[in-house]
Amino acid sequence: MKATQITGRLWVLRDAEGTLYNDIDTDMIFHNRYLHITALAQMGQYTLDNLKGWEDFARRAQAGDLIMAGRNFGSGSSRQQAVDCFRALGIAAIIAESFGAIYKRNAINSGLPLIAFPELSICGVRFQSGDTLTVNFVTGEVLRNGAEPFQAQPFSKVQLAIYEAGNLFEYGKTAER
Amino acid sequence: MVAEHMRDMARDGIHGRIRNLAEGFMGKTMIQKLFAAHTAPGAPVEPGDIIWLDLDVRTARDFGGANVVQNYREHYGDTPVADPARTFFTFDLVVPPSNIPYANNQQICREWARTQGIKVYDVNAGIGSHVAIEEGLVRPGDTFVGTDSHLNILGAIGAFGQGMGDQDIAFAFKTGRTWFEVPPTMKVVLHGMPREPWTARDLTLAVLQRLGSDGALGRAVEFYGPAIEALDLAGRITLASQVTEMGGIIGFPISQTAHPPLNPALLPDPDADYAETLDLDVSGLEPLIACPPNPANVHPVREVTGKRIDSVFLGSCTNGRFEDFAAVAEIVKGKRIAAHVMATIVPATRRVYAQMLTSGVLETLFEAGFIVSNPGCGGCASGHLGMTGKGEVQISTSNRNFPGKQGAGQTYLASPVTAAWSALAGEITVPEVKA
Repeated sequence: MKATQITGRLWVLRDAEGTLYNDIDTDMIFHNRYLHITALAQMGQYTLDNLKGWEDFARRAQAGDLIMAGRNFGSGSSRQQAVDCFRALGIAAIIAESFGAIYKRNAINSGLPLIAFPELSICGVRFQSGDTLTVNFVTGEVLRNGAEPFQAQPFSKVQLAIYEAGNLFEYGKTAER
Repeated sequence: MVAEHMRDMARDGIHGRIRNLAEGFMGKTMIQKLFAAHTAPGAPVEPGDIIWLDLDVRTARDFGGANVVQNYREHYGDTPVADPARTFFTFDLVVPPSNIPYANNQQICREWARTQGIKVYDVNAGIGSHVAIEEGLVRPGDTFVGTDSHLNILGAIGAFGQGMGDQDIAFAFKTGRTWFEVPPTMKVVLHGMPREPWTARDLTLAVLQRLGSDGALGRAVEFYGPAIEALDLAGRITLASQVTEMGGIIGFPISQTAHPPLNPALLPDPDADYAETLDLDVSGLEPLIACPPNPANVHPVREVTGKRIDSVFLGSCTNGRFEDFAAVAEIVKGKRIAAHVMATIVPATRRVYAQMLTSGVLETLFEAGFIVSNPGCGGCASGHLGMTGKGEVQISTSNRNFPGKQGAGQTYLASPVTAAWSALAGEITVPEVKA
């Protein structure tokens, strides 16, 4: 069984004015000039290099880190690389107010944990890069710095099933019609 | 949580059958009917339900295609795809390839397609979604997936089209199906008729202005109203394509006049259940433009009139039809575009190109100073053509203007008509209306 609760260091994607980024699209995450790449190992280095202020993210991130963003994260294209680049870096989960629909599918299918946190911008707390977050995929509980609890959305049934199987291919082998 | 638990219980037992029975009498939206026709008989298709969706057609393009092949080989080895006759490659982004990595990726797809007996619509064919409509690969009521996030364009003919990642598509190639969460449906009713002349793009921008970048997030959309009935296929394609930029899964213009006609068995019921109904009066529609930094940043063209432009791009899956270019030709006939403006036209498909050739539109555009390229996606990919340099201001009929998306410059999104008048003036210009 894969871990359904993780703890990691947080990166909060804000712009120069300190505002949480909304509508981060797949060209900001993994620009179309790299779309010829098919090897996972080569994808990590370009992660977020078209998002202003975060061009050097790939060099700063460490395996096990968590990412937080605002509304509609991953909008735009259907490119799998925009999910795979985070997997290549070992990012443990992405927490956002909401996600683009295709992006959500791609992440679920490849087993990258996405946590929808609809009340992120109205919960009154300013999450900071460097915070330690504990996230429970089954209950949706988010614990900030070991002390402050928040309620995000738990994994959906299919999300949990695919996550536990490993990816869509493994899930497909076991899933009954 | 309780509701979810009850739903699970209901699905599992006798309650499930009662629930199915009850839902059998409840009205359904178009996406619900379409999905019900593509999943196990009797399976619930209420918003939030996860279904196994049968896919009539599965495709990949040159973006993602080689990744699909790689995933397929890794998980399924040399075994055959579910149905080669309903599986296709459509190369449309870097066509013909302008660099070696894409040439390699396209050749990987070609060679693998040959071993699998899969047809390739190669670098000369045009944009996959448009080719699919023109060649009859997809019909109203079908389901169609591929590695193109604007495949929901197929909503324009009442089919379900969806862009997916390369793992999803590899799985679809092998199994002919995928899991899908039934989306809630929202109803967008456009009231009134705009004054002539108006364009589908301006209508679309008006909806985007109202909905914003996530106003339809995770939803199917049904569009209604006299202006929707007035749209031709090219216009419905323009509207359906931009549902992606509204965050939506797919949009269906519900039109009794559509050709080809919508599948009558899948038309929404009058008592269908909608998550939201949005009313928008379009009788005062004026030319609109999406300014940087995103497609939902919509303003009247008059607010940015006089902004000097360096380049013009006409094409893309949103506005790459013959009708779009014929409208441009009518405006620029016998004139020259401004001397400092570089203007590029990319027809959506080879058939569109042929129409331009035989109708004289191509010659008119050439004489006016436009570069007319071979069919394809154009500026949406670094590779084909149409990228902008730092400081460059471009007016484009493409579908996205996120920072860095179409190069280092600034992209303004507008109708072909606004772009044509702007190309002549060398600055963003409100189209002149003939007296």
